[in-house]
Amino acid sequence: MKMIEKVLRALTFIKRHEKSSGALVVLLLASAAAQAQIAVRGETVYTMAGAPIRDGVVLIRDGKIERVGPASQVAIPVGYRTLTARVVTPGLIDAHSTVGLSGYLNQPHDQMQLDTSAPIQPELRAIDAYDAREFLVGYLRSFGITTVHTGHGPGALISGQTMIVKTVGDTIDQAVIVPEAMIAASLGQAGLGQGGKSPGTRSKEIAMLRAELLKAQDYVAKQKAAGNDPSKAPSRDIRMEALARVIRGEIPLLVNVHRAHDIMSALRVAKEFGIKIVLDGAAEAYLVMDQIKAAGVPVIIHPTMYRAAGDAENLSMETAAKLRRAGIPVALQSCYESYVPKTRVVLFEAAIAAANGLSFEEALATVTIDAARILGIANRVGSLEPGKDADVVLFDGDPFEYTSHVTGVIINGQVASEERR
Amino acid sequence: MKSRFITFLALFLCFGAASRAQDKPQAFVGAQIIPISGPPIPNGVLVVHRGKIVAVGPASQVAIPSDAERHDVTGKVIMPGLVDTHSHIGGGAGGDASAPMQPDVRILDSINVRDTSLKRAQAGGITTVNIMPGSGHLLSGQTVYVKLRNGNTIEDLLIRDAQGNYMWGIKMANGTNSLRPNSPGPFPGTRAKSAAIVRDMFTRAVEYRDKIRRAGGDRSKLPPRDLGLEALVEAMEGKRIVHFHTHRHDDILTAIRLSKEFGFRVVLHHVSEGWRVADEIARARVPASIIVIDSPGGKLETVNLVFQNGAILDRAGVPVAFHTDDYITDSRLLLRSAALAVRAGMSRDKALAALTLTAAQMLDLQDRIGSLERGKDADFIILSGDPLSVYTKVLETYVEGIKVFDRSNPQDRLYAVGGYGASRDQDVHIECFEDGEGQR
Repeated sequence: MKMIEKVLRALTFIKRHEKSSGALVVLLLASAAAQAQIAVRGETVYTMAGAPIRDGVVLIRDGKIERVGPASQVAIPVGYRTLTARVVTPGLIDAHSTVGLSGYLNQPHDQMQLDTSAPIQPELRAIDAYDAREFLVGYLRSFGITTVHTGHGPGALISGQTMIVKTVGDTIDQAVIVPEAMIAASLGQAGLGQGGKSPGTRSKEIAMLRAELLKAQDYVAKQKAAGNDPSKAPSRDIRMEALARVIRGEIPLLVNVHRAHDIMSALRVAKEFGIKIVLDGAAEAYLVMDQIKAAGVPVIIHPTMYRAAGDAENLSMETAAKLRRAGIPVALQSCYESYVPKTRVVLFEAAIAAANGLSFEEALATVTIDAARILGIANRVGSLEPGKDADVVLFDGDPFEYTSHVTGVIINGQVASEERR
Repeated sequence: MKSRFITFLALFLCFGAASRAQDKPQAFVGAQIIPISGPPIPNGVLVVHRGKIVAVGPASQVAIPSDAERHDVTGKVIMPGLVDTHSHIGGGAGGDASAPMQPDVRILDSINVRDTSLKRAQAGGITTVNIMPGSGHLLSGQTVYVKLRNGNTIEDLLIRDAQGNYMWGIKMANGTNSLRPNSPGPFPGTRAKSAAIVRDMFTRAVEYRDKIRRAGGDRSKLPPRDLGLEALVEAMEGKRIVHFHTHRHDDILTAIRLSKEFGFRVVLHHVSEGWRVADEIARARVPASIIVIDSPGGKLETVNLVFQNGAILDRAGVPVAFHTDDYITDSRLLLRSAALAVRAGMSRDKALAALTLTAAQMLDLQDRIGSLERGKDADFIILSGDPLSVYTKVLETYVEGIKVFDRSNPQDRLYAVGGYGASRDQDVHIECFEDGEGQR
């Protein structure tokens, strides 16, 4: 019914704007049609909320998942467009990227993931720099990545904010689902100042971080003390306002860190200030699993195929498996790449993880439900359950096999790609 | 002193064991054998002896020598060792910032055979490598063809021709990597200038060659020796292959044009936009060693890179190989490049040949390596399953009959999957802009 309403509204709109071209009519009709109810039938449906369903059906209505179950129990209503696939999964989630801020041309004008003018800039908002039309966003979408946690990258002690987007939309407002997800920080090599600027050592990194968090604590205390009296409130400071959210535990500090001793520094600071952190990269996490576990900190692990160099020289393709066995929540990411490939594809990274210690479903979880939980968006995405966003990926075989293809991508209940990739 | 003695003893024992392994024929029985030179053999036997393949075929047809040591590899897959036509393992560096063309510089003089990147390559099933200097020059130096033997020096890894000389090629590049738009020279600022600099140097090489010819053996008439021009003359005489880094469609055609003009043999490398000029490449009868990258871009010349490149070039009739360009892609994942090309429509047979025999042709080594045939070098790998599956592991790698990688050995496994110490002794080498920005 809603679809018919939309078409009628569109036609009324066109009547009122007589000059509109026929192309617009076609466009509006097409977009209305793409929102039609959809049934996805798969030989195997991995819902990520229970056991996989053989010969399963996912019903989609008005952008949301309506019903999921075996074909024997879920009849496809009349009027639903039916898509079939060998394997069906939830839309894939890239738990950390810089895509949309960093573009595929790799020229100064499309590299917005890092400003190096100052070591600490939590006030930089990701939504002010995201290019929804960036080629790589569409590229990732075509491989089934429907949600991306993106924003400011590694390379400064605190580089700025991150956000969560769906890989659709022509503007940030259409794409964004969480405008302020985390504050991105870097320790170790990546946190050092450039051109001789502070911080010049690891100790200095932590000293500066402490000083900044103390200021933010103080800011929060003053705000609290002021209560509802604006005359007593501290003067507004966008930098402190951003960090205050970390101090109040509303959003985590995303700490890009690889060496075991730097991971320990991150855990130490988190405990000291009682803040939530998420470890990012964490190449040597396997050396300090007990400590990470005890701290209750999740890990967004480096891409499985990440290059072993610098602070990450001791990385292993088996780290995701080791962390998971230890009971540490773990998700996979595409990370920031400065050269070629300009973005990684978490589908491919999860595939290599599945070949290196994770079971198929565990590997799939690192790019679906587990990623959603770590990002705090599991109420909307990450699994195929009624009421969740209708983000669905169709494959013609084992999603992780090199020679399988993504044959369809549905985001918010709309077919976003039917290309064979 | 004591530890030295132990090292010596260990080496002695290793080599002792290795030579013993060579004494008896080794028979690998029960695997599916993919010889590349023919169709897969479901229940095959491979017999190697003294570094060479002495027999390969179905179990029903191969007589295993009575003194052979048998290895049951039932359920496994055996294929030739992989040939990487373009790699930067070993931490070497070619030409410096002094000139855009440095044909006298040899990468051989800068390779560290202890660099763990060589171990990773063995773990990936690679047995032969063309180690190249970078692409930040129009000509960054001489490459070197090596076997990934467990060597103590670079000399131990060299591949020698019938005359005993080690084998190498020449690395050239065009497009943006060798451009320095804002520099006063000697590097080019434009593409036309790049071609002009190459033309100028090859013209000098022609003159040099003609002077030598005119001297007719008269030493007094010979020009002073010029090691750089000698290398170019060898290229024009067809003794050396020019390995030409090139991405964009117009740069590809420029590389072909220069090769025709001066008569040097060329293998195109990377060839990101090869799919746009596939027929032209085929008509020029020039092979293409391509790279498979997980996403386009990262540099302007590769924004049009597609997984279909291999399939399109192959269909046009261009011989296609894959390379790692390690550190750009990981030597442990070269099989993956072929698999992704199959995903995009390349035939399975051609993709597997692209990793082996077709690649060997691009190094003039097709008579010695690249397929499992009687008389060829015993370079092969044992896989846990289908070479194109993500779940398949390289279990063992053999170079000239000697096992150089064994996944069941904890140290070898460390190189295969990574972990603490896996990158020790590794010199990451991504050059070549003077400001230090990584470019390959």
